[in-house]
Formats: sequence, C-alpha cells, structure tokens
Amino acid sequence: MAYWNPKIETMPIADLKALQLKNLRALVGRLYDNSPFYRHRMEQKGVVPDDIRTLEDTVKLPFMYKKDLRDYYPDKLFVASKREIVRYHASSGTTGKPTIVGYTRNDIETWSESLARALTSIGLGSDDVVQVANTYGLFTGGLGFHYAAEKIGAAVVPASTGNTERQIQLIQDLGVTALAATPSYMMYVGEVAQKMGVSIKTDTKLRVGLLGAEPWSDWMRDRIHDWLGVKGINCYGASELAGPLFSECEDQQGIHFWGDLTMLEILHPETQEPVGPGEKGEMVITMLTKEAFPLIRYRIGDISIMHEEKCSCGRTHPRISRITGRVDDMLIIRGINVFPSQVEYSLLTNPELGNEFQIVIDRKGALDDMLVKVELKPEAFTDNINQLNALRERVEGKLKNLLNVGVEIELVEPGSLPRFEGKAKRVVDRRMY
Amino acid sequence: MNSDLEKYRIKQLSIFSENRPGRLMDLARDMKEAKVNILGFTIAEGSGYGVVRMLVDKPEKAYEKLSAQGHVVKFTDVLAVKMEDKPGGLYDLTVLLKEAGINIEYAYGYRNSPAAVLILKVEDFDKAIDIILGSGRTLYDISHFR
Repeated sequence: MAYWNPKIETMPIADLKALQLKNLRALVGRLYDNSPFYRHRMEQKGVVPDDIRTLEDTVKLPFMYKKDLRDYYPDKLFVASKREIVRYHASSGTTGKPTIVGYTRNDIETWSESLARALTSIGLGSDDVVQVANTYGLFTGGLGFHYAAEKIGAAVVPASTGNTERQIQLIQDLGVTALAATPSYMMYVGEVAQKMGVSIKTDTKLRVGLLGAEPWSDWMRDRIHDWLGVKGINCYGASELAGPLFSECEDQQGIHFWGDLTMLEILHPETQEPVGPGEKGEMVITMLTKEAFPLIRYRIGDISIMHEEKCSCGRTHPRISRITGRVDDMLIIRGINVFPSQVEYSLLTNPELGNEFQIVIDRKGALDDMLVKVELKPEAFTDNINQLNALRERVEGKLKNLLNVGVEIELVEPGSLPRFEGKAKRVVDRRMY
Repeated sequence: MNSDLEKYRIKQLSIFSENRPGRLMDLARDMKEAKVNILGFTIAEGSGYGVVRMLVDKPEKAYEKLSAQGHVVKFTDVLAVKMEDKPGGLYDLTVLLKEAGINIEYAYGYRNSPAAVLILKVEDFDKAIDIILGSGRTLYDISHFR
C-alpha cells in the first residue's frame, strides 16, 4: 500500500486528535483576531478562544450556514487580503447570486495535498494517465482533480465535459487509466463506447473511475465494474470546502477525511447534538487550515455516518459512509447542485408565468433530465405558436444561465399544477440510484 | 380600418391546452353541454402543449363556457374563403396571395358541400380581404357561421 504522506496518514489516532486540537485552537484564535464575522458569532455564543481546550469543546463554537455565504457575498467572509488570494471559484447560489470561494497559494496547495493523498490511496501514481471529464472553469471539479493528478506525477488529460466520442478516443489512444467524472457520465461513456463498437473493458486501459458530485449507489458501482471493468471510487468534496478533497482508498471502506485538515462532526437530525461513530446524522465540517475563506462548523447539509477505527489500508483518519441524503431540498442534476428556490427565483422574473411550478427529474439513458412545468398566465396566452415557443426558450435560457445545467420548460395551463396548503412539494424525482 | 370589412373578421376560438390524454375530450364535452356546434377545427402542436383552434356556430356562448371551465381561451380573427371544390383551387389562391406579398400565418380547411372553406390567419387583414374579393372570390362573413 503506497501512501502520499505516510507520517500523517498513518499517525496514531491519539496523535492525530492532538494535532487536530492544535490546529483547531490555532484556527479559532486566528479568526477571533482577524475575522469580524467569526468574532461577532463567537461573542454571540459567549465563547472565547481559550474556551476551546479539548475537541469536545467544539460544540461551544457557532455554526456556519450556506445562508451566511449568500449574506456576505462576494468576499466579506474572506480573511486573506486581495494580495494573498490567487484563485476564485464560484458555484451557483440559492437565489441568484453565486457563492464565491477564494484561495491563497497555501489553500491551493492544501487542496492538492488532500486529493493527492486520496489518489495515491487508490493506487494511482506517476505511471497513470488521468482524464478529467469534470467541468473546468468556475466549477471546482475540473481543476481540483487536475492539480492533484499532476501532483502525484500522473499525466493529465484535461478533457472537461462533452464530446464523448472524442473522450473515448483519447481514453483509447493515450492509454488513460483513470477517469474523473460523475457516475452517470461514467455510465454514459460506457453507452457511447458501445455504440462506437469500443469495449471499455477489453479495448482500453481504463480501470479506475473517480466518481462523485452526485448521489449513486453500490448497485451502480457493481454495474460499472461488471460492465466496464472499472473500479468506481467514491469521491467527496464541495466548492465551499475547496473542491473535491477526499475519496475511498483501494479497500473501499468509506471516504477518508483527513483529520489534520478537517474536523468532522455528525449531528443528530433532531436534537442537533453530536452523535457517536456509526450513527447516522448531518455532517458538520470545520476546515482546520484554510486561509482565504475559513469555515468553522459548516452545515454542509449532507447526511452520513462517521467511522473512527483504523482502516485496513493502515490509515488512521476518520471515514464516512456513502452520503445517504440531504437535510434540505437540494437536488443534484448531472453533478450540479440545484435548489428549487433558484428555479423559483428565475421563473419569477418572467411576467408571463404564474407562481406555481413543478420540477420533474428523470434519467434518460444514463443522464439526468430536468423538466420544469410552469403555468402560463391567461393574459400571456397567444394564438401564435412561435411566440409561445420563444417564451419557452427564453425561460429555458434564463434558467440555464443561473443553474449551469440545461433545463426543459413545459408551459402548462393555469390552475393545472397541484396546490399545497402546507409546505409545497415541488419536486418529483423519478431517478433510480 | 374599413368598417365595411369588419364583418369578414371571423371570430375563431383559440384555446391553450396541455398535450395529455383527455384534454380534447374535456373541450368537446364542454361544447356538447353548451350545445355549440363545431364547424372547423385544428390543433397546432407546441412542445408539451397545443393550441386548439375552432370555428363554432355560437362563439360567445362557447367562450363563456370554456372560460367558466377554467380553459385559457381567446378570440382570434381569421378569414373564411369560399373555395371551389376542385383540383387547383388552393394553388390559384396561394398564387394570388403570394403575388400580393401576403404571408399566411396558418391555415386550415374544411368541406362545406358544395363548396369548401379555407380558414386563413394573416397579418394584414384589410389587404388580404381586398385582394381576395378583388379576384372575384367569395369571403364568408360572420353571419354565415351563426
């Protein structure tokens, strides 16, 4: 078993916890002194840095929510100066404004280090060719895998998304051994290859899929393995945290969360109190060493289970099971996070449309398909089909701009969508994972 | 606008309708219950929805009934050209309109023995009326459909 950073990755659990506490105390002290936001939050909770004496004291610290990222747009939560920031990424926000994440040079280095450990734990190294079929650009998926794969000495094929036939040709011609993608895109690659008369299993060297950014199942993992001969590795990350950061190791006993870089808590969904290892709950993440855009006790919204015992691979860091759900109504469409509130926000900008809408999600082949049904206002009806089609296309264009994912709009009759007295159920998700 | 020509503006009903089983049945039932006779009829297909267009003998009554049933309905002005029911009739008319530079937004026909009727939706009504009547053809006026 190869390690990228053996000293850290295999350090005794007690030592790791001591390091975690040391890093946590340094973080809290730094933010209390330098971040008006965190200082104010800590004052509200009546906590000062010296109150954090053990890891159990973490519960005294205030939470941070996605709403905070929106309220302090674009960079009011940043602690680093503009001079120190070397990169920005953005993800689509919940109500129109994107969420901006800034990075210092050290942040980029830590991000790559974290994922380099992960890639090494899968058995990847300088003999490998990693094709990154995640989107490059504001989305963190592309550059995240790119930097980490280069760091471990692998050759990177920065294919980004789209043009699947060319991707398959590159996989064949360059002897690509690992593909970073969403699990549904991995399946799609298999389908397109089949149509081209290419067997991923026998005609290519592809053996690892670095898969994440959307929910998937062991069933899909088995299917990818049996059909394509590719080992599907579960990866985890989020733009707020940096980007893709963690993955399973070769032994596939859960996703390793590097304890020197992060601190993970799992909260009981109702009591909001921390639960023990092996119990399911809401993940709360503290990024221990981030500089530009620090996060303490961030309510990321994913639901999972933490395991603390040493992994069979020798790594001592905590692991999480496959993400089993969300605490909010966030949807993941082709790897992109979508909130129904974003759809609502965009639809409301069209005077021709009513307030009721419904999101229907399906799988067409391997890929997600999102349809939004929205009521046409009676006064906006015209006998002219071209005008109605133009309206539909305009609404689709606005949504695509906001969500970064293609959406089909269906105009429906006023009064035809279900009405709700309590909380509206606006999403019909027909996908099978 | 020439008020003499107003009578040629036939009141067609245009109805916004979702493309799903039973929706046309609902419309037809409403017309039956209102004792409205449908003279001419077509459906234009959008994406996921359609626009049902129909000529009826009692447009106001039909409009009232459909609105009361929650349908999105509108009147649209169209022309009704009397056509000789023989080969080449449509060709001759389209030549006439093309030469006058009149664009047809949509059209549909039905047979009304011994003649046929072509329903035309155009942008420039007055010009179209002028050209069609000037060619010696007959346009049905509103009274024809009552």
